[in-house]
Amino acid sequence: MGYSFSREGFDAVLKALARTYRIYAPVTFAGQGRFTDVDVVRYDFVTDASQIEFGKKSEYAFKELLTPLSETLFYFTEDEVKEADAQPGEVLVFLRSCDLHALKRLDQMYLGNGFAEDPFYKRIREKLQFVLIGCPASFENCFCTSMGTNRTEDGYLFSVEEQDGKILCEVPSNLKLKQLFMENGAWIEKALPSFVEENDVRVTIPATVPNSIYKAPLWDEYTARCIGCGRCNFVCPTCTCYTMQDIYYTDNGRVGERRRVAASCMVDGYTNVAGGGEYRRTKGERMRFKVLHKIYDFRRRFAYDMCVGCGRCDDACPEYISFSNIINKVDQFVKEEKADE
Amino acid sequence: MSDVNIKKLKKNAFRYSKVRGETASRIRIPGGLVSAKSMARIAEVAETYGNGTIFVTNRQGVEIPGIAMEDMDNVNRMIQSIIDDSGVNQEERDKGYPASGTRNVVACPGSRLCPFACYDTTEFARKMDKAIFPNNLHVKVAFTGCSNDCAKVRMNDFGIIGMTEPQYDPSRCVSCEQCVKYCGLRSVGALSMVNGKVVRDTDKCIGCGVCAYYCPTRAWTRSREHYFRLVLLGRTGKKNPRMAEDFIKWSDEESIMKIVKNAYAYVEEYIDRNAVEGKEHIGYIVDRTGFDEFLKWIMEGVELPEIAQINPRPYWGGKHYDKY
Repeated sequence: MGYSFSREGFDAVLKALARTYRIYAPVTFAGQGRFTDVDVVRYDFVTDASQIEFGKKSEYAFKELLTPLSETLFYFTEDEVKEADAQPGEVLVFLRSCDLHALKRLDQMYLGNGFAEDPFYKRIREKLQFVLIGCPASFENCFCTSMGTNRTEDGYLFSVEEQDGKILCEVPSNLKLKQLFMENGAWIEKALPSFVEENDVRVTIPATVPNSIYKAPLWDEYTARCIGCGRCNFVCPTCTCYTMQDIYYTDNGRVGERRRVAASCMVDGYTNVAGGGEYRRTKGERMRFKVLHKIYDFRRRFAYDMCVGCGRCDDACPEYISFSNIINKVDQFVKEEKADE
Repeated sequence: MSDVNIKKLKKNAFRYSKVRGETASRIRIPGGLVSAKSMARIAEVAETYGNGTIFVTNRQGVEIPGIAMEDMDNVNRMIQSIIDDSGVNQEERDKGYPASGTRNVVACPGSRLCPFACYDTTEFARKMDKAIFPNNLHVKVAFTGCSNDCAKVRMNDFGIIGMTEPQYDPSRCVSCEQCVKYCGLRSVGALSMVNGKVVRDTDKCIGCGVCAYYCPTRAWTRSREHYFRLVLLGRTGKKNPRMAEDFIKWSDEESIMKIVKNAYAYVEEYIDRNAVEGKEHIGYIVDRTGFDEFLKWIMEGVELPEIAQINPRPYWGGKHYDKY
């Protein structure tokens, strides 16, 4: 069942929803990009529909809500520990199909990877509901159709899409919402969200990858090109690595907090171990690890690929390194290895 | 053509050439950005009235040499479209440039092109040119996007260096330390890590924006306001060449416009009336009147933003070839 809204009508819906939920959506931050007078689109809490950026791919993913870039887990004094308070209330997250698929990967890593669930992840995750933003067209660098993440059938409260100045919403179920929508908009037969059916970028993922990939010369290029900034990881909706920090307050060294902060397998120090060892010294080695994790190693454990093909890593790389291009290079290498057998 | 008013010729932005009877047309390109169409017209002038060559000058103008003095009127008509296109103030159409004393306003490519630039240098330079040209006083103003000073603004009377006030959101910081590393390598080393977060030494920070450029998470971003460092009274020349010295750190655009305009009134008042060709670098005038008098004039009506830091006692060094 679908509804059509004017901008004002949709804003009224959003304001009503904001009484129940905190609303988390892509927002354009003017002038906060890397360069002067360049904007950045990233997630934030909004109170007004006009704050939501529907027309662009967010440069940073919604995962910052679930796995904050920097999160205090608990505070400690000499003999006491106090867990950091959880953020109150339910949250409604606006995201696209690829990101809803990414959510499955995040859940897998934090709730379904071995025997333990991550309680700090879980307490945020339990309060999330989702709104699917339709994609009438592919953005630059997207390769969701190759990764099978272009379509989403369920897992969201309602969908939203802008068409000819109208906001269209499809509500699969939920009677309460239907009432709210009816009050502020008009019922229409179909308001199904658009899904991308074709991308300019296509990748082929090899079914298996031989161990010879480890020393393949294709990685050498990235030792020279990559600067190890980690943007590809920080913008990725499926990267889940973090590192721990125990902080002792400077004015009282017996009191402090434990934080976890996002980590990147491309940034210096990621594989450093006690005694000065460093397992992946070159950027090429780090690239190999990252790429294979996204398109092969994760699948060997969980039977589906980690990468969702959102292309944010390609959008963000300051050195114009293309992840999708590397996937195809790996595929080419695998085909050549097979031909040699 | 034996009777030519050379003073008038120079004022009309033609050059006194060592080749008798010849001159060169000096085209102003404020902000250093010229349309391809005007560039083609410059080439056309060089082909039609010049000798087919073009000097690209240090101040981002061009000089078209090999022009016969009797062709100056024709050249002035031909460069009208360039003057229109560049938006340079003019007094009479088809008569060329009305002055040459105040030099072309220089700018590095700035934020229209350069990833390090902290503001649109071209726009500011054009705005400045509009405000100070035409004028016969010998004044040099230059704009550069960041502290790299690619435009060499410290060789000018007024040098404007772009700044941004870094904004830090610790909740987005993951302690990757790239800002600390690159501030040290590419800038002044104003950042350090304390308990996994970054501390900025605000006295040391020069507002170059390297932290915002390298931050991979947008923990560091640029300030909404664009700020400027204003450096004063640099010069080249035979007597006492010297670099411009810091005057204001964290100035705003409006204050800089006012200060430069105020300086013209000061020069009118104190310039050596016997200066050769009416040309005297402002710095020499200030050397005579003392900096306090200069300060009094240029700060008339200027209201700096709260963040601004003023250096009331700049000291210039440089070579003193005229002293001993």
